Amino acid sequence: MPTTNLKELSEMPELLSGGHAACPGCGGPIAIRQALLAAQQDDSYVVTSSATGCMEVVTSIYPNSAWRVPFVHSAFENSASTISGAEAAYQSLKRQGKIKKNIKFIAFGGDGGTYDIGLQALSGALERGHDFTYICYDNEAYMNTGIQRSGATPMGAFTNTAQAGKVGYGKTQTKKDLTAICAAHGIPYVAQVSLHRSRDYLKKIQKAVNTEGPCFINVLSPCPRGWRCKPEDTIRLCELAVNTRVWPVYEIENGRLSISYKPSEKKQKPVRDWLETQGRFKHLFSPKNEHLIEKIQEDIDTRWNDLLRREACDQQN
Amino acid sequence: MPERVAKTGNDAAAYALKQINPDVVAAYPITPQTELMHKFAEYVADGDVDTEFVQVESEHSAMSAVVGASLAGARCCTATSSAGLALMWEILYVASGSRCPIVMPLVNRALSSPINIHCDHSDSMGARDSGWLQLYAENSQEAYDNVLQAVRIAEHPDVMLPTMATLDGFILSHTIEALEVNEDDVAKEFIGEYKRDYSLIDVENPSTFGPLALQNYYFEYKKQQIDAMDAARDVVLEVGREYGELTGRDYGFLDSYKCEDADVIMVGLGSTMGTAKEAADRVRSENGIAAGVLKVRCFRPFPASEIADALSGASAIGVMDRSVSFGLGGPLYHEVRSAMYGSQTPTADFIYGLGGRDIPLGDLKDIFVQLDEIRKEGKAEPDVRYVGLRE
Repeated sequence: MPTTNLKELSEMPELLSGGHAACPGCGGPIAIRQALLAAQQDDSYVVTSSATGCMEVVTSIYPNSAWRVPFVHSAFENSASTISGAEAAYQSLKRQGKIKKNIKFIAFGGDGGTYDIGLQALSGALERGHDFTYICYDNEAYMNTGIQRSGATPMGAFTNTAQAGKVGYGKTQTKKDLTAICAAHGIPYVAQVSLHRSRDYLKKIQKAVNTEGPCFINVLSPCPRGWRCKPEDTIRLCELAVNTRVWPVYEIENGRLSISYKPSEKKQKPVRDWLETQGRFKHLFSPKNEHLIEKIQEDIDTRWNDLLRREACDQQN
Repeated sequence: MPERVAKTGNDAAAYALKQINPDVVAAYPITPQTELMHKFAEYVADGDVDTEFVQVESEHSAMSAVVGASLAGARCCTATSSAGLALMWEILYVASGSRCPIVMPLVNRALSSPINIHCDHSDSMGARDSGWLQLYAENSQEAYDNVLQAVRIAEHPDVMLPTMATLDGFILSHTIEALEVNEDDVAKEFIGEYKRDYSLIDVENPSTFGPLALQNYYFEYKKQQIDAMDAARDVVLEVGREYGELTGRDYGFLDSYKCEDADVIMVGLGSTMGTAKEAADRVRSENGIAAGVLKVRCFRPFPASEIADALSGASAIGVMDRSVSFGLGGPLYHEVRSAMYGSQTPTADFIYGLGGRDIPLGDLKDIFVQLDEIRKEGKAEPDVRYVGLRE
């Protein structure tokens, strides 16, 4: 049985080595390292791909590589189609008796490579039913190219292409709900996870890689550079994102949604508390923009209530 | 015994794919390549192949998937045309840079705009710097033979580069011709087994593929690719000779038709060269022009010195271009001129057949007549001419 015990995991050989070039406080390597440790256990091996982006750049600067599992990077928009080819090769060679190992395929991508430019390739791979897990580390903007807005950037966030100025207040549109889009493909397993709930993350990874067929996991990944926050606050921010319901953690297993954690009344916080912690939202607290905070809160409440309704509905059926 | 069969070019290429029995094929429909994949899907449905047939949502994903599969140690193929190749463009470079010996029949078709489904070579010419080998076919027999040979050439340890085997859209892809096909076991033995030194699914020896190589390593990567393309020259010839011994049909870089004693020579690619041979015979008997035809079968790597040798006796040269490099003229023309550097032989470019405009026998005979005039005048003015164009 695969373990999610942190002590045991800490004694396993690292699969993403230290010494890579990620910024201090980056959520990406935490997400990747834990996913690999959770997935490559017992007799299972992991083969990975990544979209072009921060994680690809910082982990594979030739002649060095932080990856101690097979890894491929091809381009920005094709992490899903590249891994689907590798998985197809595996299925073919396995059928022909040329390989006998038990391999789990994991594709990684940032929000730019997943919500935006890689969405078509992801959708195609999900629809075709390849046996793989896609993990999106969502840091809510194109951070690798220097902080530009993406489909994952939330309303009001400053980016270099959606600036705050005399009239601008950051991104004017709301965040795309990619997890729901993936779920709409009718795939067996979809989850949203948070790095501060480590065991929940590890369990969901294990559930995904051990489920036959395509699975999708979305993990919020703080970016101190882009979010204008302190590197040491990464995990605290993940917790705050969940307690403000900015980033609900839930799973949809064979079409049934269940929310993995609901903040108690005592723990629940208004979105204002979330916005205050990051420089990218600083301008929202000026008198001309403050009304937007209410609007953002309304959007969060609507999305949360939709989730609750969906969960209640799925539990009845 | 080899069998004589009637097949369209698409069916001939699909038959070669069946005999190759790739581990993975990923493809997306586009006219005029579609029927090639219909036929291949029949082989899949009948269990004639072991192939994992990945029906992707775009050509970009088709090329991405075969790159992933190739790195995982699978022998893989795809096929496309026109806009499909254009959409693959980014990943064509990844395929060659990652040294993936993918084999791709390309059914040549014009690029938009305006949209047009018929043959010209603007698709493959757009990919001529992408690091892929390019073989052109005059007829369905050659299309079939080239696809089989492409596997051997691409996978040769000195090469390990992707290879496209082109056939002219509709003119070859949709026309039934008689051709000779090898027996399955003969084809199988000829192409042999594919083994990759480093594989993405060799989980006990994990490797990193597609790393970031900056100023300190990128150039060396590219030089290795340049060397591999150069090494492919010998391999193209060696495989072509071996295939000749097996089938009686020899293949090299070029196919020279009556060039030895020719005063005027027409150089070109693809199906038009078949008609050109007939035109050469006609003008020899009807006009007394000593005409020859030099068909370029292997366009990448470009056989510059062999072309220069083959054209050394000519007094006028006409290069046939079924595509255009806007602001320059025809790409083949400029490459042939470059191969002939230092030669004073007058050379003209004949741009023809864009968007599938027909090139009948009469037009080709007329080109030989023009070349004979150029020979007499000792100069080609204008040097870029358009064939069959309404003014």
